[in-house]
Formats: sequence, C-alpha cells, structure tokens
Amino acid sequence: MGRFVVRRVASTIGVLIAISIFTFLIFQAIPNGDPALRLAGRTATQTQIEAIRHTWGFDKPIYIQYLRTMEKIFDGSVVSYNQGFNVEEEIRRDLPVTASLALGAGFIWLALGIVFGALSAWRAGRWLDRGLTVLSMIGVSMPVFFLGAVLAYYVGDKWGVLPPGDYVKLTEDPWGWLEHLVMPWFALSVLFIGVYSRVLRSTILDNINDDYVRTARAKGLSERQVMIRHVLRNSLIPIISLWGLDFASVIGGGAILTESVFNLHGVGQYAAQSVQALDIPSVLVITMFGAFTVVLLSAIVDVVYAALDPRIRL
Amino acid sequence: MSDPERLLEVRDLRVCFQTEGGVVKAVGGVSFDVDRGEVVAIVGESGSGKSVTAMTLMGLTRSANASFQGSARFEGTELIAAREDQLRRIRGARIAMIFQDPMSSLNPVQRVGEQIVEQIRVHDHAISKRAAGERAITLMARVGIPQARERARSYPHEFSGGMRQRAMIAMALSCSPSLLIADEPTTALDVTIQAQIISELKQLCEETGAAVILVSHDLGVVADIADRVLVMYGGRIVEQATLDELFYDPQHPYTWGLLGSIARLDRDRTQRLPAIAGMPPSLVNPPEGCHFRPRCPHAFERCTQVPGLDSRLAQGSGHLDRCWLSPEQKRKLRSVEGVIGLASDETVIA
Repeated sequence: MGRFVVRRVASTIGVLIAISIFTFLIFQAIPNGDPALRLAGRTATQTQIEAIRHTWGFDKPIYIQYLRTMEKIFDGSVVSYNQGFNVEEEIRRDLPVTASLALGAGFIWLALGIVFGALSAWRAGRWLDRGLTVLSMIGVSMPVFFLGAVLAYYVGDKWGVLPPGDYVKLTEDPWGWLEHLVMPWFALSVLFIGVYSRVLRSTILDNINDDYVRTARAKGLSERQVMIRHVLRNSLIPIISLWGLDFASVIGGGAILTESVFNLHGVGQYAAQSVQALDIPSVLVITMFGAFTVVLLSAIVDVVYAALDPRIRL
Repeated sequence: MSDPERLLEVRDLRVCFQTEGGVVKAVGGVSFDVDRGEVVAIVGESGSGKSVTAMTLMGLTRSANASFQGSARFEGTELIAAREDQLRRIRGARIAMIFQDPMSSLNPVQRVGEQIVEQIRVHDHAISKRAAGERAITLMARVGIPQARERARSYPHEFSGGMRQRAMIAMALSCSPSLLIADEPTTALDVTIQAQIISELKQLCEETGAAVILVSHDLGVVADIADRVLVMYGGRIVEQATLDELFYDPQHPYTWGLLGSIARLDRDRTQRLPAIAGMPPSLVNPPEGCHFRPRCPHAFERCTQVPGLDSRLAQGSGHLDRCWLSPEQKRKLRSVEGVIGLASDETVIA
C-alpha cells in the first residue's frame, strides 16, 4: 500500500507536468494566441502592446513564461488575462455547481445502468432485453446538446414542469436545487446509462457460464442468489472502475455541453468560455484540475478494485 | 418393491441439445443403478456423454435448448421432471458435486470459508453464521487442509490446485449428501496430488456413507476407487461391470481399446502407446447400429443393428455389454501381443 501511494503520487506529478507543458505549448502554436494583443484592446498602438508584453513577461523565453505561470498557479495568484479575475477563486466558485451535477448524475447513471444491464442480461434474447438494447442505443447516440435542449424547451419552457436552467444553491433552497438539477442530471446520465447497461450486460453474460456459477447452482442456491451473490458481484467490478473515471471527467469540467445547455456556471462552462477567449491561465488551471481529478479518482478506483477483487495487488 | 439399498435408479435417460448444427443426442438411453455407499465410475472419452449424464442428475444441464426423456429416481424423488425448487433442495444437500477444474470452480472474490458457509446455510436455515463457520473449519481440517482456521479466511487464488479441490470436497460433503458426483475430480491436478485426492475422497465417502458417481476418462483413477464401472461411448453405455470383471474380462472392443491404451511399465519402451484409431462419433448424425462400428476392427454385418445392453456371459450376471460378438470370439480377439488391447486394422488383416 505504501509503495502504491508513492508510485501514484509520483505518476500524478508526472502527468500534471506533462499536461501543463502540453497545454501551454498549444497556445504558443494557436494563431492569434498572443495574449498581449488581446490585453491591449483593439485600438492599442504598437508601443502599448510592447509595454504590455514587457510588464506581463510575454517577451521572455517560453520556458521562463511557463515556469512563472506555474509558480503563480501554485501560490494561488494566477489571474485571467481577459477579466483579470483570480482563476482559482473562479473555479472554487464554480466547483459546487459541477459537483452537484456530477454527484446526482453519477448516482443516477450508475444505479440505472446497473438495473438496466442486469435486467437485460437476465432476460437476454427476449423482448425486455431487445427493448432495453434499443433504448440504450438511442441513449448512446443521443447528443446532450439536442436532448438537453429538447428537455429544456418542452419540460422547462413549454410545459413549465421544471425550471429550464440555472443553478440554485443547496444551502439556500434545497428544493430549488433539486428542481433545477433534475433535468441536467438526466440529460447527462442518458449516455452513460446506455454505455453502462451494455457493458454490464456483456460482462454478466460472460460470467454466467463460468465454472464458479455452476458450482453456486450445484450448492442449491436459488437463481436469484446465484445471480446477485456470484454473477453480479463479479460483474460489477469493471463497472465500478468505469464509473470512477467518468465521474472524474465530469467533475474535472467534462460536462461542458450539459452545463452550457442548462446554463449552469460550473467548471465545464468556465472551461468553454476560457477556451473561446484563448485565456491561457484559466485553461491551464482547468486542464490541470481535470487531469488531477482523473488521476486521483483512478487511484481511488484502484484501491476499491483491489478491495473488490482480492486477486489484485496494489 | 423398491430395494432400500437402492439410492439412484436411472432408466433410459436421453438428453438432446438443439444447436445450430442440428440436434446433438448427447445421451441416448442410459440406464444404471447406484446403491448406497457404492462407488460407480463412468468412463469414456470426451463427448461420450458421461459428464452430461452426471450433470443432468443435478439439473445442471437444464436450458432452453435442452430436452430430456427417461427417469432418474433418487431417494423417492424423480429428478428429471422435478421442479426447480424441488431440485434446489436436493442440490448440495442430498446430491453434491465436485467439478473438474478447481481453479475456476470456486468464486474468485469470496473467501473459501465463506463459500462453504454459504452452502451450509442455504440448506440449514437454523444454523448461526458462527456455527456454520466452525463447521466449515472442521470440514476443511477433515479434508486435509492444514491450519484450516486461517485458511478459511483465504481466497481461492491463495490455494494450490490440490488445496482448492480439497476445499471443493469439503464444500460438497458439508451437508452430508448421500450421493457425491465427482466430474473428473483429479484431471486438472498434478499426478502426485491425484492419487492423494482420490484416496482421501474414498476414505471420506466410506466414513460418511456417501455413494459416489465418479466421472473420469482415466482408468487408473477408476481402478483405485470404483466398485462398478460403466463404460460410455457415443452417448450410450457399452459395458457395465464390476471393477475386476472390467479389467480382467472386458467384453466390449472399445473397453479393450481403453485398457490397451493405458501406459504400462511392463510394455516395451520402444513401442508407441497404442491408441484407438479414428474419431469419436458425431452425436448429431451418429453411425447406424453400434456407435463404435466405424472404429472397430472386428465389426461385421450384424453391427449395423444396435446391440442391446445385455448379459452375454453367465445367466443373471451383472456384467453387461453392447457387442454382438460371442464371449469366445471376444476372448480370442482381445488378446493383442499377449495383453488386452484393440487390434489395429493392419494386425487384423495380417
């Protein structure tokens, strides 16, 4: 376990360094990426631009610029080139929104993915399975910007069942929080439910012919006991690791579309805006934050994996 | 009228599987009895129907594409037609089963002790978890697992193959079944462990009074433990005899072939190990008449009719076979270079 932690910390640092360098370099290559031009505004003279370039340090070699930016990121003083806001404060403000979205949606897609996948495998080849297969295919191929927009328009605006967007703080109005998030949760979950139920179905059907399942039947267990205690227990292991990574990517700002469609000021929407504005510091911080959550969650997934499957050594 | 010593009566059991390639007649009319405490071996090559026969008794071959005929009465219950919930009370409690591959037959993510406890508790609702745990440890110690208390907390992958099979045996015996079905219990084990496991199995069954159906392709294993032997070929029993009768007076040419292909220390080392020429029969389109006919060097016209499983030796003898040859002819034909074997075609011509 000790060695596992050391190894993971080391690889996390490596991943963060690599990803930050890569992101930083992308901005050097993007046309019109020079931040001094945008900072100076449209009517700026060449001298003004040069002055900005000098004060912000854009005239220094790239590696110095990189190191300076990283330094600022780590002492928490990095500001956006565009609005001049502190990037980390922005993320801290947006994170509860994204976390609310991710937690609710993550729970929904895991639960429904398991239920649908298990039902599908249990009735494999019959009508229920075929119906669920069609549903999951629709779910997988339904883009969030379409599904979200349709939901927001009909359920939100036209029928007025649920509010079509925006975020309400849980601490201020718990019911409002829930009401505002139900639609985004479902819009985000649909794709994952489709994927998870397909993965679980095929894992179950793989495991169901395993020798230990035959042993479980030979012991005199009921079909339900065989399915739940032996088949499902073994089949859920890959689902859990899948969930950890998907959850991490949503927390890390991956739900850009859902957040934009429902106007949730989360990390994803912040990322979208920053990229549009070619704002290096905020994009850099968000990318690193996203990478960090993925690496962290995957370490947690590995620990959980080892707990679920004793054959795996950390 | 029924014999109190009779534990299991199988009558004309037939099992077919619907597959894309046609109907596979895996078991084509098998009848045999097992008495209490008796060890009956079913031998035959892969695809002879021996495992299907054994698993069908437990209802483990039931599936949408399987169909069953015939009967199997076990302690007054008809197994073939039994409802699933009836069978469930018998499985593990009255009939237990040990499988071929102990590596994969235990649940990899459940502690070995827990797997035994699960079996005990599913049939004994009154027993506490702690008492079942103690019983599991006692059982594990009894089948020769050292430090059973600690080992009960281990996972299957922490056990060696032999230990896993011992754990399977402990699990199978946990509810004191009256019939134990062992499907190739030693095939996946090292040869040195095989003999140990077999002799322990025999001893445990003698102690508990459980009868055994031993499914095996290994006549060496069978010779160690069986009272009676059924030889299966192409879904039928072709010979049924006591162990001694089978080894010293085999009646069916297929049995000769099996006996002749055992590696022997007294055979000339420079010779190749004899094998039965040809392939096992297709169970979708089995050969007409005797299923062994296409591979039998002694086949003649009459073999296109299916020979019955009859006693062709003394009247009332329990030694049955499915071969049209007369006992005198058999005695002459089965001697190949002084030992029992199946003559190859060349030898016959010469």
